[in-house]
Order: sequence, then structure tokens, then C-alpha cells
Amino acid sequence: MIRMTGITKSYRAGPRAVAVLRQINLHIGQGELVAIMGSSGSGKSTLLNILGILDDYDEGLYELDGTPMRGLSERQAAVYRNQFLGFVFQSFNLLALKTAVENVELPLQYRGIARRLRKEMAMEALGRVGLTARADHLPSELSGGEKQRVAIARAVVTMPRVVLADEPTGALDTKTSDQIMDLLQETNAAGVTMVIVTHEPDVAARCPRLVRIRDGQIQEQGEGETRTSEPSSTQPVGTT
Amino acid sequence: MRALDRWREIFASLARRRLRTALTALSVAWGIFMLVVLLAAGNGLANGAESAFRDDAANSVWLSPTRTNKAFEGSPKGRRVQMSNDDFDLISDSVKVADHMAARYLPRGNVVAARGSFQGTFPVKAVNPDHQYLERTTITQGRYINAADLAEYRKVAVVGRKVVKVLFPRGQDEQALGSEIRVGRTTFTITGIFDDKGDQGEQETIYIPLSTAQLVYAGANTIDQVMFTVGNTSVPQTEQVVKDVKRRLAKRHGFDPTDTGGIRVRNNHFMHEKMQGVLWAIRSFVWLIGLGTIVAGVVGVGNIMLISVKERTKEFGVRKALGATPWSIILMVMEEALVVTTASGYLGLVFAVAVVEAGRSFLPDNDFFKNPEVDIGVGLSATVILVVAGLLAGLWPARRAARIAPVEAFRAEA
Repeated sequence: MIRMTGITKSYRAGPRAVAVLRQINLHIGQGELVAIMGSSGSGKSTLLNILGILDDYDEGLYELDGTPMRGLSERQAAVYRNQFLGFVFQSFNLLALKTAVENVELPLQYRGIARRLRKEMAMEALGRVGLTARADHLPSELSGGEKQRVAIARAVVTMPRVVLADEPTGALDTKTSDQIMDLLQETNAAGVTMVIVTHEPDVAARCPRLVRIRDGQIQEQGEGETRTSEPSSTQPVGTT
Repeated sequence: MRALDRWREIFASLARRRLRTALTALSVAWGIFMLVVLLAAGNGLANGAESAFRDDAANSVWLSPTRTNKAFEGSPKGRRVQMSNDDFDLISDSVKVADHMAARYLPRGNVVAARGSFQGTFPVKAVNPDHQYLERTTITQGRYINAADLAEYRKVAVVGRKVVKVLFPRGQDEQALGSEIRVGRTTFTITGIFDDKGDQGEQETIYIPLSTAQLVYAGANTIDQVMFTVGNTSVPQTEQVVKDVKRRLAKRHGFDPTDTGGIRVRNNHFMHEKMQGVLWAIRSFVWLIGLGTIVAGVVGVGNIMLISVKERTKEFGVRKALGATPWSIILMVMEEALVVTTASGYLGLVFAVAVVEAGRSFLPDNDFFKNPEVDIGVGLSATVILVVAGLLAGLWPARRAARIAPVEAFRAEA
């Protein structure tokens, strides 16, 4: 499903380039639930952005469902994001002037789905996260947990192949975090590949596969409590 | 995204950002409003100035005898010059460029005209046929004074609309034509009725043949004015003609050719051109101010669009993450600008036209400011220009919004 080979990425800081990702090799199979852990500045969010075609990379090969993601036009990238990917962000990134259901409808709108069907699908997605009653509320009228549930509904409403979650529980309390993880696991159980960037061990512990990243390099990839120490392995560990 | 969905989003966005929408709309509407009102005001001034020339031919020169201002060859200053038919002949011979030339004799004071028990006091002007062109007289019934009237000393009169109203109060215009009226102690037959749009006072005038008046009112061969038009002659040439005529008349009547008196000259041709220059300056100024206002409006729209795009950077990033193409973002921003500029431009236009119309209705009639009006085509063109300029002003921020990478957009403050 996802294959990264020798991915490098650096940013320019004045005259010098700062390497953020170095020779990343990563393979994630269809239906996997993968946690990416690392300290702040380790490059985990950059990795997720590249996975989401939200950011470009310098070298290497990134294939999504067998298609190289390098050199896509902006329009092609938009189509891939809409059809293959769903996003859940730490800060929810809901549009403030749209109601919950309108936020969920948005990716369907970009897919060109008719209004009535779109609304039905969005309401169904909100129903799955238990927010039918809050459909017409603006994000400002929702709690943090509710906002993240709306974001999850928005991420899954198009039935994407992959959901990428960047610190999905980072802004939530423990109880709400558990509920959100339940929802993400349910989504994964339905066959959606899930990549979660987190720095919370509790969240990582609920993922069958863990990828540790440090100073822009993959340090460990493991399954459950099993960890390998081989860095930048090209061989996926875990379910493939 | 479907076009219908995009339009729904645009209207929802405008409705939810009321203050920004209102400010943008105000900026555009004010630009159009000011342009149209200024153009109308400029036209009002121009019409007022033009109306001053509506009474007489714009390319005419009027010569009237007056007192001298300088002593000359033994004659004291203040001597009255009197023109006669001979002067008319002399001027006719001198001014080769004249296409119409008339002489006028004015019996002293107003004359009582009567028909039966109906009577009134009216100015009487004794003229020859070309006077009709010089005075821009419009015959509504019958005919003007002709050459035969002069040659045969006919007692015929051409009367103004208001004269008919007084002498034929029952509104029987048909009856007026061919009727006899007494002008002073002489009976004249009405051969024509005229209208004169330039001056309401002209409509109270009675025109009679010059030769008849000189005979009847003991005018001998005196005339009080000579006027002529100069065709397509340029203003400098006209000035030369005037100088030459005055020199000849000065020689004939024995006064200093450089005397500002003796013969008073009213050079309508020169004054008309001078006034055209002033009007051109007024119109240019009005356009300059109006266009300045429009430019300010466009800059305002562009500025507000820039702020709007900056304010929505994160939103555009989220939209792109969810599948928005760059083109859909550009369309969204541009169409939003289009809706605001078109609607508010149109409102500004309608409001301005209403104000101009109100001005036309309520302003008292005066000679300086008449019929403020604006060509609706100009108003619409200005609106279209503003809309296009507003769109172009929105294009740059729109492209900027579309180009920004989602990752960068997420970092922007919402």
C-alpha cells in the first residue's frame, strides 16, 4: 500500500540545509495500524506530511498503491489526497464557519458528489462517531473530543484507503483519548490502513506496529512489545 | 467541486463574513457612485455653459455702435457712433467668409401691440432674413421675414409664442397666422410664429422687416446691430476679420481703430472656443477624480482580498488536504470578488442614478448648472471596468492562496 525507499528531506536554515529525514525506508501494508513515535523535532510529522502528499521530499521513492508520488501536479496530488487519504490533525483543522455536517461533507464535495447523497453520507459518518445530534453545530460549539470525532468522520467519510493521524489525541484528556483511539481502531478494523503519529506511549501501545523515529532516521520497527533495532529496514515488520 | 456547490459556499462565506463583505462592497459602490455623480455634475456645468450659446449662433460676431472711449483727430471721447445701411454694405463687402449676415434696427423702447381688446407691450426688432440663423429662431408656423418683404416694405410680422398667447388668449394659433395686429400705430399681418429655446424673453419679440421699420418708425437708414457667422473659419482668422472690419468702420466713422469703444464687438466664436476649453478642463478634472476614486476602490478590493486570503490561509490548506485543486481555490476567491464587486458596483450605479435624477428634479432652474445627466453606457462601462479590475486585484491573492503548500498553510494562524 505504502512504500518508501531512501526518502530524504531537508529544510534550509539560512545558508545551510538541515536534514529532517535521512534515508527512510518504510513499507506499510493494506489494513495495518501503525504508530510512529519520536521526540519533538525527530521528523515524524514531516514523514506523515510526505505520506499525505502535503509536503515534497528531496530524494528517494514514495509509492502509494504502486504509483510514485513524485512529480505529481498540484491537481493530481489533490485528487490522490481526496481519493486515497483521510487526515486527522491534532488541532482538528475543522473549518470554523461550517457546521459539523458541512465539515464532513467537504471532501465529498471535492469528489463531486451530489448534495443530497453527500449529506446522507456525512450524517451516516457522524452517526458512526456518535454525533448525529451535533450535526448542525459549529466547531466553536463542540468540545475537543467532539471536534476530533467530527474530524475522524470527515477523514473516513470518503472511505479512503489510508487514514493519517497526526497526534490525534494530543489535545484531549485521557478518557476522550481512549474514545478517539477506539474509533480509530474501529476504522482500522474495517480495513482502512491507519498511520498514527504520536508521542504518547498509551496510544502507541494500542497499535500492532510501532515505528520509532529519531533524528530523521527510523530507529526501530516492531510489533507489539517486540522491537527490532535494525534502522531503516526495507523489510516491513508486522502484518503485511 | 461542482459550480453550484462553489457558489453556495461563496454566498455562505460572504454571509458569515459580513463586516469584510460590507467594507469591500462599500469601497466599490462608493467608487461607482462618485464617478457617476461627478460625471453628471460635470455635464450639468457643461450644459449650463452650452445653454448660454443656445440663443445665438456659436460662430457669430456681433457689432454694435457705442460711444468712443478715446479722442481722435479733433473729436472728443464719448462721441456716439451711429451705424447705417451703408455700414452694413461695407461689412458685407469686407467679410468674405460670412455665410450669414444680418442687420437689426431696434425702435426705441417696447411697443404696444394689440388685437382688438387684447394688448401687450413687446420688444420689436426690425431684421432681415438671415437674422433667423443668427438668432437661432425656430419657425413653428408660417414663415420668417423674407427678401420680398424687405424689397416691398411689407407690413408683416413674425411673432413669438408668448405674443400669440397674449394677443390670442383662447389658444387659437391657427387663427393667429394671417391675422392683423397693431404694432404701435401701424397694422401688421402675422406671417409666422416662432419659438426660441435659448431665451424665454425672445419669445415675447415681434420681428418685422428692417426696411419697413426704418420707414414706419422714422429710422431713416439707421441700424443698431450687424451680426454675421463665419462658417468654418478658425478663431484666429475670425479675430483677424473682426480687426479688419473694425479698422474700416473706424476709418469711416472717424474714431481710433484701437479704441475699445466706437463699435463694440461680441465675438461669440472666440468665447465659444474659450468656453469649450474650460469645459474640456472641467470634464478632464471630473474624469481624473472619478478614475482616482475607482482606482481607490480597486485598491480597496485588492487589499481586502489580500487580507481575506491571509485570514483564510489555514482554511485553504485544509481544503487542499481534503482534495481541493488549486484552480478550485482560485475560482472560489475570484468568484467571491466577482459577486461582491458586481453587486455593490450595480448598487452604487443605481444609487448614483437615483441621486442624479433627484438633482434634476429638485434643483432650481439656473443658467450655470442645467440637466445634470450621465450616459448610462458610461456608468455601466465604469461598473464593468471596476468589476474586471476588482477581479484582477483578486487574482494575485487568489493565486497566492492556491500556491501555498498545505503544510505551510497549517502553520498559519486561523
